[in-house]
Amino acid sequence: METLEFVIPALNIKAIMPQIILCLTALIVLLVGVFSGREKNSQLGYLSLMGVALALVSVLLFSGERESAYSGMLLVDGFASFVSLTVCIVTLLTILISINYQKFFTEINSGEYYCLVLFAAFGMTLMGASGNLLMVFLALETMSISIYVLAGYQQGREKSIESALKYFLLGAFASGFLLYGFALIYGATGTLDITKIGTFLNAHPQILHTPLMMGGLALMTVGFGFKVAMVPFHMWTPDVYEGAPTSVTAFMASGVKAAAFAALIRVYFIALDSLQVDWTAVMWAFAFLTMTVGNVIAISQNNIKRMLAYSSIAHAGYLLVGFVAGSQLALTGILFYLLSYAFMNMGAFGVIALLGKQGEEYTELADFRGLGFKYPLMGLAMAVFMFSMAGIPPTAGFMGKFYIFSAAIKSGYIWLAIIGVINSVISIYYYLRVIIVMYFQEAEQEVSMPAPSPAIVVALVLAAAGVLLMGILPSYFWNIAQNSVFTFI
Amino acid sequence: MIEFQNVYLGLSAVLFVIGAIGAITRRNAIVVFMCIEIMLGAVNIVFITFSRANQSVEGIFMVLFVMAVAAAEAAVGLAIFILMYRKRGSLDVERFNLMKW
Repeated sequence: METLEFVIPALNIKAIMPQIILCLTALIVLLVGVFSGREKNSQLGYLSLMGVALALVSVLLFSGERESAYSGMLLVDGFASFVSLTVCIVTLLTILISINYQKFFTEINSGEYYCLVLFAAFGMTLMGASGNLLMVFLALETMSISIYVLAGYQQGREKSIESALKYFLLGAFASGFLLYGFALIYGATGTLDITKIGTFLNAHPQILHTPLMMGGLALMTVGFGFKVAMVPFHMWTPDVYEGAPTSVTAFMASGVKAAAFAALIRVYFIALDSLQVDWTAVMWAFAFLTMTVGNVIAISQNNIKRMLAYSSIAHAGYLLVGFVAGSQLALTGILFYLLSYAFMNMGAFGVIALLGKQGEEYTELADFRGLGFKYPLMGLAMAVFMFSMAGIPPTAGFMGKFYIFSAAIKSGYIWLAIIGVINSVISIYYYLRVIIVMYFQEAEQEVSMPAPSPAIVVALVLAAAGVLLMGILPSYFWNIAQNSVFTFI
Repeated sequence: MIEFQNVYLGLSAVLFVIGAIGAITRRNAIVVFMCIEIMLGAVNIVFITFSRANQSVEGIFMVLFVMAVAAAEAAVGLAIFILMYRKRGSLDVERFNLMKW
């Protein structure tokens, strides 16, 4: 057994500046929440907003450098910066939505809520930067445990608690599989460092197809499959997304997805690069199933949150198409798609979070009847987000799908691209249904929207601007994503 | 050396399968959670075995972190269970069906 030499690693504060800011803000918000009275609490949202904005600035300031910090535990490169950027934008929009949402659900108006959102964001940014399987696990759990609590935050609503319970049990179950996979790969290669695993496997091709490696790969795929909601492991998604508070659902759907995909790409493309032939075959099937099942079941949904949950499964399927294609082009496409999905998804959930009254919200599709003319701006925003999700130009969703499918064709996965295009045609049906309900059906019952706070107006304008900018000037965002990927492999 | 390794790997595989089957088939949420803890215990055995076989300490660190995270998870999980029990008066996972597809 090697002796333990205790060496204090060089303190590289710059590498984890965004994380430090997020973590400190979370603690400050928690303390302020404890010591200030109920009535001052509306400031908490703005306080955490400031923290996230600072983190965003520090991400932008320190991006473009490539270094491995803390003995290889963290890989701070363009890829990590891009993921942090996406996560910070998602968190920013989540907090803006929550400031409005807390009017209907007063329990959200507390220091703990914002603290947990910030800690989850902290975990997500670390997931994109982790260079060691230990770090992947810790970041994943930091994110997940915070979100288990957030999902059950509306203690008065039975659905919310049920969704927390389901998410908790299945999330812990998935962690078990993920860890067993890590353990087997550790056994085969003798290290947990992602880069070292990659070089070890390249140097020793004879161990690639041993039961240990194959078992590790399979178990790890199951574990990650639960986290990104691939189809055989997706059953928790609709229930959890429907039951959780809308602001939390938005956060989960965009943030968790981005972080989980970032970790997936890191582990599979750096550590398990030599096994690409093997996992591509499996992922092909998963991509096909995920797209198709997500879209087909979404058609029959009448609850809009549940419909968006199935649509988020379908979007995970499109991202998996890029994952299978595996080229630089495809990875750039995935990053572009994650950012554009963050904008459109946050926007769509933001509109849903607008409707509600004390302790109650309107999430049935029928509740949206006639709202398009009654609230023209809200209807317009929803239409933009739905068009983007369906992939109609000139929106971000169209460009994202275009990049991913063209990368798939260039890598020779023509069938997968065709299936993807057929699927996005199917998806137009249920996205446009929302618009038809809003504009062409008469309201049966009066659903009125309480006056929105400035925060959510800013959130929706930001999201809509993001969707349109990424659709009209895609090359700017494409270049950023491309530079991020180039420093990565 | 191969022998000791296989014995422990076998033990952990058996534990993991017991945990996984239990987590899927049992109906009480607390028992399901206990089964998940058995799975994590199985993972720890694998890490320690390989740490010994590979002569590296990384596996042992991982075990410490897995235990810490499992404790954090238990704290959150038990809080959710208590909330659920107060609301519903039961922890039977098959009765949690407010939402159906």
